[in-house]
Amino acid sequence: MEFHSFLIKYGEIGIKGKNRFMFEDALVRQIRFVLKDVEGKFLVHKTYGRVYVDCEDGYDYEETVEALKRVFGIVGICPVVRLDDKGFEELKKEVVSYMGEMYPNKDLTFKVEARRSKKTYPMTSMEINAALGEAILGSHAEMKVDVHKPDVRLNVEVREEIYLYSEIIPGPGGMPIGTNGSAMLLLSGGIDSPVAGYMIAKRGVALEATYFHAPPYTSERAKEKVVDLARQVAKYAGPIKLHVVNFTDIQLYIYEKCPHAELTIIMRRYMMKIAEHFATADGCLGMITGESIGQVASQTMQSLAVTNAVCTLPVYRPLIGFDKRDIVDIAEKIETYETSILPFEDCCTIFVAKHPVTRPELARIEESEKNLEKIEELVKTAIETTEVIDVK
Amino acid sequence: MEVYLDNSATTACYPEVGELVYKVMCRDYGNPSSMHKKGVEAEHYIRGAKERLSKILKVKEKEIVFTSGGTESDNLALRGCARANRRSGNHLITTGIEHPAILNTMRHLEEEGFRVTYLPVDAAGRVKLEALKEALCDETILVSVMYVNNEVGSVQPVAEAAKIVKGYNPQILFHTDAVQGFGKYNIYPKRLGIDMLSASGHKIHGPKGTGFLYLDEKVKILPIVFGGEQQKNIRSGTENVPGIAGLGLAAEMIYRDLDVKVALMRDLKAHFLEGVSKIEHTTVHGLTDENSAPHIISVGIAGIRSEVLLHALEEKGIYVSSGSACASNHPAVSGVLKGIGASKEYLDATLRFSMSEFTTKEEIDYTLETLYDCVPKLRKYTRH
Repeated sequence: MEFHSFLIKYGEIGIKGKNRFMFEDALVRQIRFVLKDVEGKFLVHKTYGRVYVDCEDGYDYEETVEALKRVFGIVGICPVVRLDDKGFEELKKEVVSYMGEMYPNKDLTFKVEARRSKKTYPMTSMEINAALGEAILGSHAEMKVDVHKPDVRLNVEVREEIYLYSEIIPGPGGMPIGTNGSAMLLLSGGIDSPVAGYMIAKRGVALEATYFHAPPYTSERAKEKVVDLARQVAKYAGPIKLHVVNFTDIQLYIYEKCPHAELTIIMRRYMMKIAEHFATADGCLGMITGESIGQVASQTMQSLAVTNAVCTLPVYRPLIGFDKRDIVDIAEKIETYETSILPFEDCCTIFVAKHPVTRPELARIEESEKNLEKIEELVKTAIETTEVIDVK
Repeated sequence: MEVYLDNSATTACYPEVGELVYKVMCRDYGNPSSMHKKGVEAEHYIRGAKERLSKILKVKEKEIVFTSGGTESDNLALRGCARANRRSGNHLITTGIEHPAILNTMRHLEEEGFRVTYLPVDAAGRVKLEALKEALCDETILVSVMYVNNEVGSVQPVAEAAKIVKGYNPQILFHTDAVQGFGKYNIYPKRLGIDMLSASGHKIHGPKGTGFLYLDEKVKILPIVFGGEQQKNIRSGTENVPGIAGLGLAAEMIYRDLDVKVALMRDLKAHFLEGVSKIEHTTVHGLTDENSAPHIISVGIAGIRSEVLLHALEEKGIYVSSGSACASNHPAVSGVLKGIGASKEYLDATLRFSMSEFTTKEEIDYTLETLYDCVPKLRKYTRH
């Protein structure tokens, strides 16, 4: 079957009152963004309060659907057959052949749902329903009508052209990117942070990201891996501004001046500070981490509290109650998992103590940090030397 | 300053080779199997390369089979011969420190029902010939011993090994993986009793994706890829004419004044070794005398993980490798270092410096200076 358009169904946008147009515009923008690399020519437009993607002949159906499935805000994608209005008899023939081709295994129940926005059409919606239903029954004897719980709802929309559709491919749901401001993702090379970014982006939040690398302890490949992860998340979230911070000197300085067991927690506090600096500078409204309670020593409730204490922006932790298995499931779904498990050292694991503190007290940590007399200078240098990569 | 000391991973192409490859690719692009003039022209390049290679090895032109590189040559030699000679026996012998192209092919042959003996090496990284004598049996059909080990640079007693094998039974085939030896040594298979020899183009300043297998005309072999029956049906597939032409020229160029080049590399190696010995808690794996390759130096530097030192050198423009580059993507500890009994502190703290004819004394001095600077700094911060 050749489809000429996709009707885009969206959920929560519909209820946003006067902001509706803003949500729809964001949706249209994001659809255009994901389709720019798809083979084919597309016209994305809003008509009668609905969003359509019209496709020129010769587009790649599978690729188009895959791309649309990555657009947050879409709850359903309906492939549409568009017909010229050549009279009702012709329409009957087309509908019968549509049903035959779409459902070759004909033992099913159906219902015709006609809508008539072209009010000059000579038949009412009810009349169209009845006549088309009859025509289908006449040609496909095994099909039965069920108006309450049909297997197939055949939608027939009569406008300048006639639109037929009956299938709904589920979309990802959520809200269109850019409708809820932006946030700064702390992106490591691990499994969790890309998933965390994905989840917040799904609520319509545009992303920026910060990655800390520590050459020579981490390699160019580790950085490339993070760029790859950002690129994969960007397939859903749109372009991501990635800040790559050289963290080596800060890390070594903390290692030198503070108790080894506190290294990770103090490091993380400085990571948050630096990420927050970029977040504030770029007008982000929050920060995102992939933390999950108790997963590692630095993610106990006490550690999270101590890390959190340095931030003034809200820190969103969408995975906070997730088990590793659940996180991996999403990582596999969004195809970040394989990249995440590549074995490159990241800067959190280099000097990790055998027994890091698991119940840090804020006062004690702050006491330890008093030894870091030069740290402000190092932080300043790290910020100044940060490399920015626009990931698309 | 950029210092490339990873020539055992790959080498820079000779510019002349690059130009030739480009010319053949874009101008003389015919298919050597075509009947017209363009095809004949292409065939000339292949014959030219064969001529050059056979002269270097002192073998017949028809005994050169072109492949996609060292790995394919090894696969063809081992799998092709094991299958073709199965009726004579099912026992194969190799060493424990071969390149993965040999080791993993042998493992595959084990799954196909062959029995494989992996010979141990001594502390210098040389195969134990006594063990070879003990391993030979009526069932043995093939012995493969590498020419130069790629990780520590030990030169294997290939001539002695071949002599032992042929003395035991002249029918047993002897193969050598000479990927690291070809271009550094004059190797004459016919004199040494070598029936098959693998070599690669990109280790001798030639193009990647090229290599050859010297195959003594009397060796029975079966193809491992099937197709248009090119190269006497030993290796189907349209010949990589630009690559083959480049490989031939690179071989000729690297063997020009080889003695002078090798002597220079030996001097540099001695200079480097002397410099490195001034750093505390370091060791040089394998031998340093004539029984070690002129271009490979494997240095253990205790207390710094090799990856960290590698990246620290990289920051200064010095490119080296940790263990063997081919296997470095999975950070398993080197089997070769274990095999030669290197002490534990060096297992994940060893770098391989590998030179080429283009390496200069200035580059070596710069590398030493950088090491003197980096090593104490990095040793200060260790995981504990």
